Amino acid sequence: MDLRLEGITHSYDGLLALDGIDLEVRDGETVAIIGPSGCGKSTLLGIVGGLLKPSAGRVLAIGAPRADSLNPFTYVFQDFALLPWRNVAANVALALEHHGLSRAERRERVAAALALTGLGEFAAALPKQLSGGMRQRVGIARALVVRPAVLLLDEPLSALDAQTRELLMEDLLAIWARERSTRLYVTHNLDEAARLADRVIVLSRRPGRIREIVRIDMPVAERGAPTALPVVAGVREKLWALIRDEARDAEREVQHG
Amino acid sequence: MADAAPVTFRGGGFHPRPQRLVPVAVFVAVIGLWQFASWRGWLPALFLPSPWEIVTALGGMISDGSLGRHVGASLMRIALGWVLGTAAGLAIGLAMGIFSVARAAGLPVVSALFPIPKIALLPLFILWFGIGEPSKVATIGFGVFFPTVIAAYTACDSVPRNLIRMAQSFGLPPAAIVWKILVPGAMPGILAGFRITASIALILVVAAEMIGAQYGIGAFILSAGNLNQIDHLLAGVTLLSLLGLAVSAVLGAVERAVLRWR
Ligand SMILES: Nc1ncnc2c1ncn2[C@@H]1O[C@H](COP(=O)(O)OP(=O)(O)OP(=O)(O)O)[C@@H](O)[C@H]1O
Ligand SMILES: [Mg+2]
Repeated sequence: MDLRLEGITHSYDGLLALDGIDLEVRDGETVAIIGPSGCGKSTLLGIVGGLLKPSAGRVLAIGAPRADSLNPFTYVFQDFALLPWRNVAANVALALEHHGLSRAERRERVAAALALTGLGEFAAALPKQLSGGMRQRVGIARALVVRPAVLLLDEPLSALDAQTRELLMEDLLAIWARERSTRLYVTHNLDEAARLADRVIVLSRRPGRIREIVRIDMPVAERGAPTALPVVAGVREKLWALIRDEARDAEREVQHG
Repeated sequence: MADAAPVTFRGGGFHPRPQRLVPVAVFVAVIGLWQFASWRGWLPALFLPSPWEIVTALGGMISDGSLGRHVGASLMRIALGWVLGTAAGLAIGLAMGIFSVARAAGLPVVSALFPIPKIALLPLFILWFGIGEPSKVATIGFGVFFPTVIAAYTACDSVPRNLIRMAQSFGLPPAAIVWKILVPGAMPGILAGFRITASIALILVVAAEMIGAQYGIGAFILSAGNLNQIDHLLAGVTLLSLLGLAVSAVLGAVERAVLRWR
């Protein structure tokens, strides 16, 4: 399923957050979205997934999602958004409960999603018993279990420490090599963008407009290799050069107001 | 460095640690002192009987069956009034937590009626329902209702919005969002409200029984006072303390069972 964003504009009570975003995303592509804090990244993701109605513009889904997709647009949240009173398996099952699947079918799909994310032994654990990395794995399993056409990830690794982030990045890459989906990946972290994305959309500070689109030609699978380090570092430098000044301005703005 | 001195320790403290012995020791010491003072004649037996006399009075009440009658009557009123008030309060409170219109409609009424000490309404309920059980149950139910409403809708507000957004993003229908997200998320606040309403019910049952009842702990205490039977009076008060402890133990067990996830 391809996506086409046409003139997405959004304001919150007169505060213009996004201004005329046009973007095409091809099926199976991973597009990272970076930009200074407060530039409208989360707003954009909310609009794409239908959680927020844009002030102007529209999001078009081109082509049908895969037939077995239960929730074509599916989010992974920065704060995981797990139900603390449900155990891991039940948190993942929540996404399936209103689709008329049989109990056995649900259990089977949940077990498969847990296995894919390395959560097999934690099915009965409560979220409070898990580390941050494991909690986000639950969030990822819950997203995968509905077989999404478009995965919308809003800073999925930002709440994690650097080492856990590295581990989860590798896991995401492994999962994405097997499960076909289109990914919109919002992040603050330029490394994540340089490692995971086919293209990086650089937004300007508020109101967010597309400043530049950086294509990374090296296949994602090759970027983990030591020989790829210079390429990844080069992309990182390029992205940093693009947002550095605006990031500083945005930071000052937050401090003043 | 020429002189070596160990670093002075200045941490620690300000951290409650469980103490097993102290509570029991203090309790026993207070009762023991009281008993001792009574025995030495330092306390006027007419105004403050000894613990032993209170226990004896309680024993007498058990053997002549009056204890069961009074406690039973009070418990029945509490249970009926509390269940009715809680059921209605949860229905209205959750509605106010879910629907903006219900909140806008309910809030002024709740705000106006909540501060009234509900015992003031007993005479009205007696006129409406007669002096018997219904007026007492209604007073308790009414007293329980408003705090339950307030606990329920504020508990709904305290459910993190991101969980609701998450549920919407997976396409859960609104009814499922209420039952699977809002109600379980509001449970801690609702159960905290139960502790408050249980103590309100206990206060109201005693007050109502003092105004007009043949049986019940409140009626028993009042008549013991009128007859100058201070040992019986204090036995009644002791019963109230035990009843309160029992209720709080039950609620604690419910909280532990329902809120294991916290
Ligand atoms: N519900 C809201 N009401 C009013 N203003 C909002 C609301 N949500 C976001 N904003 C404002 O809109 C702008 C864009 O917000 P958004 O959350 O989309 O930015 P972001 O790029 O995701 O920021 P961050 O990097 O901090 O996550 C910000 O200035 C924010 O303060
Ligand atoms: Mg954001």
